[in-house]
Amino acid sequence: MTPIAMDTGALVRGLYCILPEMVVIGTAILVLLADLLLPEEGKKRLCHLSVAGVAAAILSALWLGPGKIEGFSGMIVHDGMGLFFTLTILAAALLTLMMATGYSEWEGTQKGEFYALILLSTSGMLFMAEGTDLMTVFLGLETLSIPIYCLVGFHRGRMRSLEGAMKYFLLGAFSSGFFLYGIALMYAAAGTTRIPVIASMMRDARLYGNPVFLAGIGLLLVGFAFKVSLVPFHMWTPDAYEGAPTLVTAFMGAAVKAAAFAALLRVVLLTFPAILPAMSGVLWVLAALTMTVGNFSALLQNNMKRMLAYSSIAHAGYILVGLTAGGVAGGQAVLFYVLVYAFMNLGAFGVIMLVAQREDDGYDIDNFAGIGFRYPVLGGLLSLFLVSLAGIPPTAGFVGKFYLFGAAVRSGYVGLAVLGVLNSAVSVYYYLRPVVSMYMAPAPEGIPVPRPPRSAFSFALCASAAAVLLLGVMPASALEFAERSVLSLLM
Amino acid sequence: MTLDKFLVVAAALFCCGLYTVMTRRNAVAVLMGVELILNAANINFVAFSHFLSRVMGGQIFAVFVIVLAAAEAAVALAIFLRLFATTGTVEVDTADQLKG
Repeated sequence: MTPIAMDTGALVRGLYCILPEMVVIGTAILVLLADLLLPEEGKKRLCHLSVAGVAAAILSALWLGPGKIEGFSGMIVHDGMGLFFTLTILAAALLTLMMATGYSEWEGTQKGEFYALILLSTSGMLFMAEGTDLMTVFLGLETLSIPIYCLVGFHRGRMRSLEGAMKYFLLGAFSSGFFLYGIALMYAAAGTTRIPVIASMMRDARLYGNPVFLAGIGLLLVGFAFKVSLVPFHMWTPDAYEGAPTLVTAFMGAAVKAAAFAALLRVVLLTFPAILPAMSGVLWVLAALTMTVGNFSALLQNNMKRMLAYSSIAHAGYILVGLTAGGVAGGQAVLFYVLVYAFMNLGAFGVIMLVAQREDDGYDIDNFAGIGFRYPVLGGLLSLFLVSLAGIPPTAGFVGKFYLFGAAVRSGYVGLAVLGVLNSAVSVYYYLRPVVSMYMAPAPEGIPVPRPPRSAFSFALCASAAAVLLLGVMPASALEFAERSVLSLLM
Repeated sequence: MTLDKFLVVAAALFCCGLYTVMTRRNAVAVLMGVELILNAANINFVAFSHFLSRVMGGQIFAVFVIVLAAAEAAVALAIFLRLFATTGTVEVDTADQLKG
């Protein structure tokens, strides 16, 4: 039994490496304290405080830079890929909190715990994205999930919100059990939970031929599949997305997915190459199923939130195509797509939040009839985000898909790429349905007036739109950043 | 005591948990099943750490998992309590407003 030594220098280095996480958690605690002191009419200051905290976290992450910093004896690492995902997650959190300025007023979520839960969940995502030990990944996963369960059920009086929370919790906790059991089995076979160490041991046939290890990696994959909602582990997604307060839905789609894919990418890129023939078949089938089922189910939906939920399943499938391709090209495509998806998803939800007046039936597609000409800015923005989700140039969604399918073709998965393109073609139908309804359907009498957005809300929408267009027209620098990030992981 | 016996107990516990989650319709019972699965993993961690590895890693993870399970149960019971206050039952099947 070797004693675990931890000197002050190592501790300081460890804390330095998790600086963004500490800023986010510190802000969450401050928000909870300020909540006690502020009078009821001053609660909107809490939102401003949260926005400032996340902005500070972004600055601290940039200050740490892309250099590799290991902390807590290799349990967590701030490297290029960690930085990329940290920035993606924090940007998503920032946009969500900016939209919260308006949403909280309308839907009664102007509460300290709402912001604190968003911040705590963000900190869990950051830990998950930077964890290099399966245990850190698991702890990050739980730290992000538990606040999200609360957030989904935040509208305590709305039956659908509670139902969504219950279904999400039951399946989420169940999948965490699989995830943990998988880690335990991998620990049994390898004697360690450190991802890079397992990766270096994978060259040894005794490890990857070990049935206990394979069972472990299978269970781990099931756990991940639940979190990123891959078919056939996607049943909770539409219910949780529809039931949750719309702002939380937007946050889940953008940030939770990014964090889960970050951890999955780390595991797949580092440990899978040795067992690739067996694993790529599994990933191939999962990707094909997820794309197809997601898109075809979305065709049948009349509720915008539910449609975007199925679309998020389909997008998880597209991202999995990049993972199946693997290597630097596949990794780069995945990173870029996760970033792009965060912006277009948040933007789309932001606009429908303004148009829909009520939770539940307010999100019916018929409610969007005639909006296009009467409110040209809102109509234009929603069209832009939906077109980008469909993957039509000159938007970022097109560039993202181009790189994902390109990586698949280069790795020899032509069939999968063809399937992906066919699926994108199918998806155009349901993405353009709201657009057609906005511009071509006659506006009914007494058309609801969209809510007047707050300035921060408008800024968040414009920033998302600008990001979608800029990444679509000039993706070079972001793609290069993504490539360097993947290389820093594989070196 | 050998490692095998621990593993058999853990695997049995895992299967019990799985069976509970799959068959019970009461949300609290499903939660109990999930707890069984988590504890099965804990037994594995502690046993492997004791028999195979020289460092305490596994035991420490088990402590983390116990804390997490407690936090998860607290949140779950809060959600179920609200559900009970609204519908008067925590049967999973009665929550069926979300479909499609």
